[in-house]
Amino acid sequence: MAECHPVGFQWVMEAKARGAKVIHVDPRFTRTSALADIHVPLRAGTDIAFLGGLINHVLANGHEFRDYVLSYTNAATILTEEFADTEDLAGVFSGLDADERTYDFHTWSYEGTEVQAAAGQREKMRPDRSAPAGVAASGRGEAHGSGGARVPSDAPRDETLTHPRCVFQVLKRHYARYTPEMVEEVCGVPPDVFAQVCDLLVANSGRERTTSWVYSVGWTQHTVGVQYIRAAAILQLLLGNIGRPGGGILALRGHASIQGSTDIPTLFNLLPGYIPMPHAASNEGLREYLDTESTQKGYWAYADAYLISLLKAWWGGAAKADNDWCYDYLPRLTGSHSTFETVMAQLEGTCTGYFVLGQNPAVGTSNAKMQRLGMANLDWLVVRDFQLIESATWWSDGPEIETGEMRTEDIGTEVFFLPAAAHTEKDGSFTNTQRMLQWHHQAVEPDGDARSDLWFTYHLGRRIRQKLAAAQETATPEDRDRDRPLLDLTWDYPTKGPLDEPEAEAVLAEINGWDADGNPLSSYEQLQPDGSTACGCWIYCGVYADGVNQAARRRPQAEQSWVAPEWGWAWPANRRILYNRASADPDGKPWSERKAYLWWDAEQEKWTGHDIPDFPPTKAPGYTAPEGARGKDALAGDDPFIMQADGKGWLYVPTGLLDGPLPTHYEPQESPVTNALYSQQRNPVRQISAFVHPADRFAPSGHEPGADVFPFALGTYRIAEHHTAGGMSRWSPYLAELAPELFCEVSPELARLRGLEHGGWATIATARGVIETRVLVTERMAPFRMAGRTTYQVGLPYHWGHGGPAPGDAVNELTHMALDPNSHIMETKALTCDIRPGRRPRGAARLDLLRDYQRRAGITAETGTEVSG
Amino acid sequence: MTIHPLPDPVVASGWTDAPPRMGFFTDTSVCIGCKACEVACKEWNAIPARGTEGSSDLAQDFTAMSMDNSMGLGADTWRHVAFIEQRKPLGIQEPGQFHGDDPSGSDVLALAAQGSGTPPSEAGMTPTTPGPAGEFRWLMASDVCKHCTHAACLDVCPTGSLFRTEFGTVVVQEDICNGCGYCVPACPYGVIDQRPEDGRAWKCTLCYDRISVGAEPACAKACPTDSIQFGPLDELRARADARLASMHENGVTDARLYGRDPDDGVGGDGAFFLLLDEPEVYGLPPDPVDTTRDLASMWRHAATAAVTVLAGIAVTFAGGSGRRSRR
Repeated sequence: MAECHPVGFQWVMEAKARGAKVIHVDPRFTRTSALADIHVPLRAGTDIAFLGGLINHVLANGHEFRDYVLSYTNAATILTEEFADTEDLAGVFSGLDADERTYDFHTWSYEGTEVQAAAGQREKMRPDRSAPAGVAASGRGEAHGSGGARVPSDAPRDETLTHPRCVFQVLKRHYARYTPEMVEEVCGVPPDVFAQVCDLLVANSGRERTTSWVYSVGWTQHTVGVQYIRAAAILQLLLGNIGRPGGGILALRGHASIQGSTDIPTLFNLLPGYIPMPHAASNEGLREYLDTESTQKGYWAYADAYLISLLKAWWGGAAKADNDWCYDYLPRLTGSHSTFETVMAQLEGTCTGYFVLGQNPAVGTSNAKMQRLGMANLDWLVVRDFQLIESATWWSDGPEIETGEMRTEDIGTEVFFLPAAAHTEKDGSFTNTQRMLQWHHQAVEPDGDARSDLWFTYHLGRRIRQKLAAAQETATPEDRDRDRPLLDLTWDYPTKGPLDEPEAEAVLAEINGWDADGNPLSSYEQLQPDGSTACGCWIYCGVYADGVNQAARRRPQAEQSWVAPEWGWAWPANRRILYNRASADPDGKPWSERKAYLWWDAEQEKWTGHDIPDFPPTKAPGYTAPEGARGKDALAGDDPFIMQADGKGWLYVPTGLLDGPLPTHYEPQESPVTNALYSQQRNPVRQISAFVHPADRFAPSGHEPGADVFPFALGTYRIAEHHTAGGMSRWSPYLAELAPELFCEVSPELARLRGLEHGGWATIATARGVIETRVLVTERMAPFRMAGRTTYQVGLPYHWGHGGPAPGDAVNELTHMALDPNSHIMETKALTCDIRPGRRPRGAARLDLLRDYQRRAGITAETGTEVSG
Repeated sequence: MTIHPLPDPVVASGWTDAPPRMGFFTDTSVCIGCKACEVACKEWNAIPARGTEGSSDLAQDFTAMSMDNSMGLGADTWRHVAFIEQRKPLGIQEPGQFHGDDPSGSDVLALAAQGSGTPPSEAGMTPTTPGPAGEFRWLMASDVCKHCTHAACLDVCPTGSLFRTEFGTVVVQEDICNGCGYCVPACPYGVIDQRPEDGRAWKCTLCYDRISVGAEPACAKACPTDSIQFGPLDELRARADARLASMHENGVTDARLYGRDPDDGVGGDGAFFLLLDEPEVYGLPPDPVDTTRDLASMWRHAATAAVTVLAGIAVTFAGGSGRRSRR
């Protein structure tokens, strides 16, 4: 966090100054470790084993916050008899379809209930289960986080938590093997350090105290990334650390406003506000879509109001009841369309044009070579960035030109480079990890031809619409139909200034939404499914309440309460802590005075406290829902998790995750060791099969033959000096000079073992590529001692590329395209490699060295792709 | 070690009705090494980056000195963050780093050679202060011009380019400096430095332009953890004393203030530090002395010597002429 989020780290330092203990869990000793109370070095890719060990410690010793767990989680819920755990099936769950590489999660459900999957995977749970495999492959799992399952209120429960099939007991059994000894053997964490963490965590949780977890992409970039965060969620629910001040799980994002770009997504499988993108096979009409995507209980019951208001915001007057509010204008998924499938489509020739806005895939995306090969097969490519980044120049100076694999004159891609404006040159908002929007005002006009992304998008749309409108008269009926969605868009933002910059606040006002009379809405509770309201993103509704830009509020901390509700605006409804009903006990009293946050005022019959209630404001703690109640009325007075269809926090996920209801330790796609916990080596449903390509081979792992060719653990990461793929930092002289060259970090032991010279050069190879780096030998990269053997790690910051004033090889020549099946995120945090002293070969000899490695390791198209391996 | 009685350098420099003396307190115990101070300083003061036109250092190299590629204060680096790797526990930190009983048989400490003073080219690894295996800490500290109470650079400056501001800070005026370079060896900390193109001297101005209009210096403004604190020196000293007392109370007995003492060899620094180890560990002189402190007596000695020499010469001439005359 100190490395990549130094500004946010000031609050950690402030907490530390007030007595908070800071524990840093990381394979490397980083700037964060330097300021922590305890650094826990763990082998990359073993976090579930570590977190599972903590869960086991809590459960085995009765340290759970029993009152919280019983009332607010699904611990008491009883599972179906058909469910079989990893304990019974040698490391996999029941329902595995090895041929399709998917789980059928029918057997994971609650007893006697037909559980509806969370948003996105719901159609898979229909009784006939007729949905084709393509629906699963489209992996619409990213919607699950905010979706909920249709769980009837009479799901059988055992309030004593002793029933062998209740979630609590299942959890206990599942994690029983995650002992401190196992944590040491798998993670390399010494038992005394682990015991210290256990004790601190337990002592700092309960009625009087709370603990928070913070993670970054170090957790998400794994083939089991979602399950990492799930494991933390289980731990936090068991300890009562969700919905309470000082608790929670905070995701630090990779860029400014990446939170914003998932809320109002740049993702293929979501519409604004985590509404799932319709699927071609299963969401044909609006009614069918709403039947499968909304829930009986909780706030997803109003998915119709959210979606129809969105359609009204986009298509205005053209969206009418008799045309299903233009639902048919929405695109349909036909499978997964992540950045990696897009590359495969480019190679197949079905994707022929590509916009690259503010990213640098030629060096910044996992397996950068695949990205360049894809871009070389396009008709046109548009790159918008501050500088002539590698994604705009690979055709003339990329690694394939050097090796002779490509010749510039053979590349047909027409490349357009358009300079982009910086955030200081435009108005707009950032949404941070706390879901808080903060407005920034333009300071200067952009230089030269540089324009904002808003300018580019708006004026591009405007010109396309002009062209299409002019062509309407002569167009065929099919073309006219095809163009209707574009022509009917409400594309009428006012512009200002010499550059005709669209008014960013007008966009914000549309996102906020308005009623039939054009008055700004103030809450998503006002949204209607009858077309009378328009709202561009239901969770952002209220950000422009009363016609005021609430995100631009900057009342100083000293002039308001400690929750600071008048600094910026947080979705939803300016609530600063989600699920904050859980900060009070089932009767509505604070768990302790020290941690009082929200409580029931019996006299006034409403919830009150320091924050805006994330709960129906007048629903009494003792309320029970009548039979057949729907939406918020179906939530009981002690159901704090209002987006979950049973109102409970899920220790166990009966449906919605593609790779299991409980986090389970699997080794990464490539690992120097064999899985010590199960005979199942890797996540059986990791996403790999779509990407079979000679440039994306995998190394053997553990005891597999040839694994010793790549004997070392490799991790990639960022350092404070640079930003992601370097587009914003390597061309800035003040930043470039701080870290002018690509380097690797290795321990003195590994340096001695391989004869690496401190400050000299090393060549690093994986199954996919060979790069050269400078060498930094440091004790900060300690080896791991596990079960009598030592594992060495090689660390690589990935900021460099072949272009710019501070060039270096791209680390992503080494990384692969094995993905988490839920989120389609690649595993770049844990791989295997070899390292040798000296610079890499030049030209075609670079490829010869790679082929030599692949031959020695016996790598084929099948290596590492087994389901059961 | 009090030297000439000069309690208030501002008054001594002829200022009347001056504001309080302003300075920096750099608390290195909360520095996270983000280098925002280095960058903010260069941005605000338009200092050329290394490897760019006008820079004193055209090379822009990877140094292999932990995370430090700036390597010290100079004409183009007015804030510098040092990174020191040590086998020492920090507070209650028990990092559990595994080093030792290793099949590779590497002698980590032999590789590390002799601590942070080893030139990178000769080190087998990032220089690491020796200590028991398993202990590890990483010190970070942002260094800057000390703005001495008795500033030798200012004393030796023949053009008056270096002057004492009303805030008690020491500033070079770039339009007056003639590039003579006398100030460079005069600085007891090795801070002030010349750019090669015309020899003019450059260093931290404590953002004279910013503080003149009531703004905070750029580095302090950018520092996310308030490791760099700016304010009236009296207040900073009181704050630092309290911080030190609290650290000692919490068992961080190695913590110490550096440059805070008005009785030290430079009369105390306008920019002082809280360190977690000996000053030498950070590349700071343990006992800096105003290099012009003995100037008066030196001149007296020189004058005596000169008189003696002249007398000797006179005698020689007298004698010589006598001898010659004898010839």
